[in-house]
Amino acid sequence: METTLSLLNGFSVALEPSKLVFCLIGVFLGTAVGVLPGIGPALTVALLLPVTFKLDPAGSLIMFAGIYYGGMYGGSTTAILLNAPGESASLATALEGSKMAKAGRGGPALATAAIGSFVAGLIATIGLAFLAPWLVEVAIKFGPWDYFALMILAFVTVSATFGDSPLRGMTSLFLGITLGLVGIDKLTGQARLTFGVPELLNGVEVTTLAVGLFAVGEALYVASKRYHAPEEIIPIKGSLWMSKQDWKRSWAPWLRGTAFGFPIGALPAGGAEVPTFLSYSTERKLCKYPDEFGKGAIEGVAGPEAANNASAAGTLVPLLTLGLPTSATAAIMLAGFQQYGLNPGPLLFAEKPDLVWGLIASLFIANVMLVVLNLPLIGLWVKLLAVPQPWLYAGILVFATMGTLAVNASPVELGMLFLFGYIGYLMRRYDYPVAPMVVGLILGPMAEAQLRRALQISLGDPMILLENPISATLLGLAFIALVAPFVMKGLNRFKAEED
Amino acid sequence: MTNEKLARGPDRPALLVGLVLLALAATVYYDASKQTITSNYGLGPTAMPYVVCCGLVVLGLAHLFVAFREGLPKPERADGGALLWIVGGLVGLIASIALGAGFSIAITILFACTARGFGRRALVVDAIIGFVMGLGIFLVFAKLLTLLLPAGPLERLFI
Repeated sequence: METTLSLLNGFSVALEPSKLVFCLIGVFLGTAVGVLPGIGPALTVALLLPVTFKLDPAGSLIMFAGIYYGGMYGGSTTAILLNAPGESASLATALEGSKMAKAGRGGPALATAAIGSFVAGLIATIGLAFLAPWLVEVAIKFGPWDYFALMILAFVTVSATFGDSPLRGMTSLFLGITLGLVGIDKLTGQARLTFGVPELLNGVEVTTLAVGLFAVGEALYVASKRYHAPEEIIPIKGSLWMSKQDWKRSWAPWLRGTAFGFPIGALPAGGAEVPTFLSYSTERKLCKYPDEFGKGAIEGVAGPEAANNASAAGTLVPLLTLGLPTSATAAIMLAGFQQYGLNPGPLLFAEKPDLVWGLIASLFIANVMLVVLNLPLIGLWVKLLAVPQPWLYAGILVFATMGTLAVNASPVELGMLFLFGYIGYLMRRYDYPVAPMVVGLILGPMAEAQLRRALQISLGDPMILLENPISATLLGLAFIALVAPFVMKGLNRFKAEED
Repeated sequence: MTNEKLARGPDRPALLVGLVLLALAATVYYDASKQTITSNYGLGPTAMPYVVCCGLVVLGLAHLFVAFREGLPKPERADGGALLWIVGGLVGLIASIALGAGFSIAITILFACTARGFGRRALVVDAIIGFVMGLGIFLVFAKLLTLLLPAGPLERLFI
């Protein structure tokens, strides 16, 4: 009951005309940028973060919600029409979706992706609305040691589930944590790893790292293997609409995909690729037309796409209630919150209920807008896909530069952007996952703060971490997650890449 | 098999990453050891750097170990010329911002060089596109978002 009231209150915020306009702009921009090949939702959010700078917090967060969902939708369009998934979570969609598009059924593929995303987003957002207050109740009882243990668990799962080598995942994570040390220590005022450069005193900006690694790194990487044949856009032939048969084959995969995506996304383990592949293989087993799989089965688009969107809404659960980002996108969104001096977590629900519930309500609205906006505008998005590669990447670099200069107009900041870009290029080249580095940068200082707080309370006794049942359990889980891949090397793990 | 591996020697990228990680660990350690402010109670600001340093050492050694085993994944051959154009564009960009040439000129250089790196052979056309784009973005930020991007002599004519 309380949730319903809060949610209604949230709708009263989100339905203000100005907020609706922000949401609409967010959805439009998010889709437009997300459609561009090679740009996943994480980069979409990072590139568009500076645009929301001068808005009020509620308006910009609502715009953000739109950008996030729009970016996800745009990514699926690229996956289907170009067979170029912008992120690992769209890999499964690309498998069947591009086959459908080649068979002249691109329209229904896009439609089932859009409507499936809508259904999944709707259910998962309801889940978020009802799960969040309950989790906030739990989180209030969390001590600093519990938060620290939770972050350690997130560290391990984020670096072990991305990419296929725990060593390279951990390396990426530690590079991020090392970068997190840079700047003034908040508790004592001690400058760390600044080497006398005044620009470094404020620390490394999450957006600079994310844009450098994702945008500049990707541009360099794509350019370095330019002699490979460019992707071809598959034209949409035939009807855009799904036939009765398509609907009949799609609704169950949507619901099953949602059931996979939301819980896995909501766990601190995060990662959208696991539920999408689970959904893909489940649909393949349950499908009445198994021989269509691999040739363009609509179930193979409907299920994974729903799972993808549901898990995206799921990652908002730990982000909003615990302040814990479990994906690169969530890490950048957290940076967006911090930009306004807002710290997601139980306190935010108590202090700024309008803002949190307004954001949740606008997730619903963004979802509706996406379906209404995108199916008629599909022609426009397809045209965006046709931007020639040189202009596309030159444009991406222009936007990356613009964003960095808008945050901090100094050559040092630009230098860092390109240094991170080069590191991102090398990491792609040698198959290091990039996302753990971003998560490490934002979560490292938070984990340090929680650990120091815990040890201050315990007067320096580290046993406090193991004496509390919750933190002990979480640390145990983290240890198992760290050791398991080495113990069970033969275990078939999902090979995942990210944007 | 063993002979072949011995003849080939250690995997150089993995060896290099290992050494870089160890060097990074040394830097973190050195920086922490030079810190002057200590905390009166609880953990001081040096604790976390030392923990990170240990982690980096472990990862560095693991990379050295891997270098003598399977090594890192072998990448495809890179197109050096393309990379050089883009890096050149980026350096040009930083230089124009640092020297105060302004946002539009910086973006012109970046756009033209990147497009060239991706295989277009119309440097002048791309430079014009980049210039118009840069000036447009500058004006949108200045007038609509009241955010001033780096201005040069040219931009000052408009503000």
